[in-house]
Amino acid sequence: MRTEFRLSGSGGQGLLLAGIVLAEAAILEDKNAVQTQSYGPEARGGASKAEVVISPEDIDYPKATDPDFLLALTPESYKSYGPLMGKGTIIVDASVPLNPEIKARTLSIPILKTASEDLGKKVVANIVALGALAGVSGIVAEQTLALAVKNRVPKGTEELNLSALKKGFELAKAARA
Amino acid sequence: MTKAKLMQGNEACTLGALAAGLDFYAGYPITPSTEIAELCAEELPKVGGKFVQMEDEIGSAAAIIGASLTGRKTMTATSGPGFSLMQELIGYAGIAEVPIVIVNVQRVGPSTGQPTSPAQGDLMQARWGTHGDHPVVVLAPGNVKECFELTVKAFNIAEDYRVPVVVLTDEVIGHMREKVVLPEQAELKVSRRKMPEAPGGYKPYEADDDGGVPLMASFGQGYRYHVTGLFHDETGFPSNKGDITDRFLRRLCRKVEKAEPVIRDYVTESTDDCEVLVVAFGSSAMSSLSAVRQARAKGVKAGLFRPKTVFPFPEEALKAIAAKAKRIIVPEMNLGQLALEIERLAGCKTPVERLSKVNGELFKPEEILARVMGGAK
Repeated sequence: MRTEFRLSGSGGQGLLLAGIVLAEAAILEDKNAVQTQSYGPEARGGASKAEVVISPEDIDYPKATDPDFLLALTPESYKSYGPLMGKGTIIVDASVPLNPEIKARTLSIPILKTASEDLGKKVVANIVALGALAGVSGIVAEQTLALAVKNRVPKGTEELNLSALKKGFELAKAARA
Repeated sequence: MTKAKLMQGNEACTLGALAAGLDFYAGYPITPSTEIAELCAEELPKVGGKFVQMEDEIGSAAAIIGASLTGRKTMTATSGPGFSLMQELIGYAGIAEVPIVIVNVQRVGPSTGQPTSPAQGDLMQARWGTHGDHPVVVLAPGNVKECFELTVKAFNIAEDYRVPVVVLTDEVIGHMREKVVLPEQAELKVSRRKMPEAPGGYKPYEADDDGGVPLMASFGQGYRYHVTGLFHDETGFPSNKGDITDRFLRRLCRKVEKAEPVIRDYVTESTDDCEVLVVAFGSSAMSSLSAVRQARAKGVKAGLFRPKTVFPFPEEALKAIAAKAKRIIVPEMNLGQLALEIERLAGCKTPVERLSKVNGELFKPEEILARVMGGAK
């Protein structure tokens, strides 16, 4: 049974890294995982998307077809991918105005604000988002994800990123309650 | 077996090259191949190898030919625009019989095209991009693990037959990360070119007419010989005699023909009783595999043939499977290049349908499934 994730936002937000960490955590739990990406020619600012497919079985097609979870950090990404959501859940940043025509289950979570205000660093929004996504989906255990975060973030930023991850899980818990 | 790792296609290509003995890389970074240059720059100095960032792709291809002539195992990596610039040198490596490996991570072309989007439009260029009849081998990995395996194989073929070898991937295969368990170094077969024993009487291009491979001396080891892109006799010096030209060109191309049964590589899924045969390579084959499995679940006898050696194409294997099929569908991210090969090989017995996608996106499985289920268009 495949579980598909689409992480979308703007180039430079670190969504690709979030996707890599999620895939790596799944592998640490002995699952199969494939991560792909699509992005524009710009280094920053263009639309950016990472996809992760996790399955206990062999994964033939590497991209998301009908995502179980969509993360949207910008109004543009919510507008592009929100309407495509069928069975899955949307996790959208609280700064993004919701469109009542998008009927998929939607959780509006203050990801960007938590990163910039509670943690004081806008750059860890991707890891806050990752914690929220993992918390809502329950796809991997928090301690596995923490290990994967430690493996992949720049040296010296581990503690900051681990607090960001913890915040993300807390936001997920609050959103589900 | 080593531990399972999350690995990118470009990373696996680089690790494959290193495992095969790569010790000289010259290149000009270009999306979506850049990670190969980055990782080579990082890793080669650790193993006593050299990394050179060149002024352009012409220089890159020339540098790896020169370094190979000194006994190094050499590689460069590029994408469409750079691959176009390298074509002249691929012909040179072919006629001068210099082992080189070129990785082409395909993006949408022609020209600078779409740098970050996948395509498979360089298939025929990989085979026929340089002028004149010439020897070249083209391998197409279909997943991250095969990026490793086929890059090792590319080096082995280059060394065994003294031919240029192209590893043809694309943006999806190159950038995709998946769970991979790589083989241990001790499990790998690693070839090295056959060298002469002593300089006395060495004739650098002396070989059996029937696709023989001459012994290759390294420059700097006391052998004095001439290398040229002109037709040459067994001494390496130019000749325009008709009989020498004829024999030489036939031997060059016969090398690959003779290698075919040895290097042949393909995978099949559900082809034993298949009525609808899908033929695809590289990332298109991932979508195809999913479509074939879904069609089987719906009771349609679909199967997949996926060449890993695309040139020389595994002709006999395909013909045998195609002969039993009622339809053949060829999904590819170009306007019908692999289809030309399939039409040539099987078209007179079984109808071959092209299925092209050129919008810079990978096929969705349902697009292929619809054609499999929907009948001929």
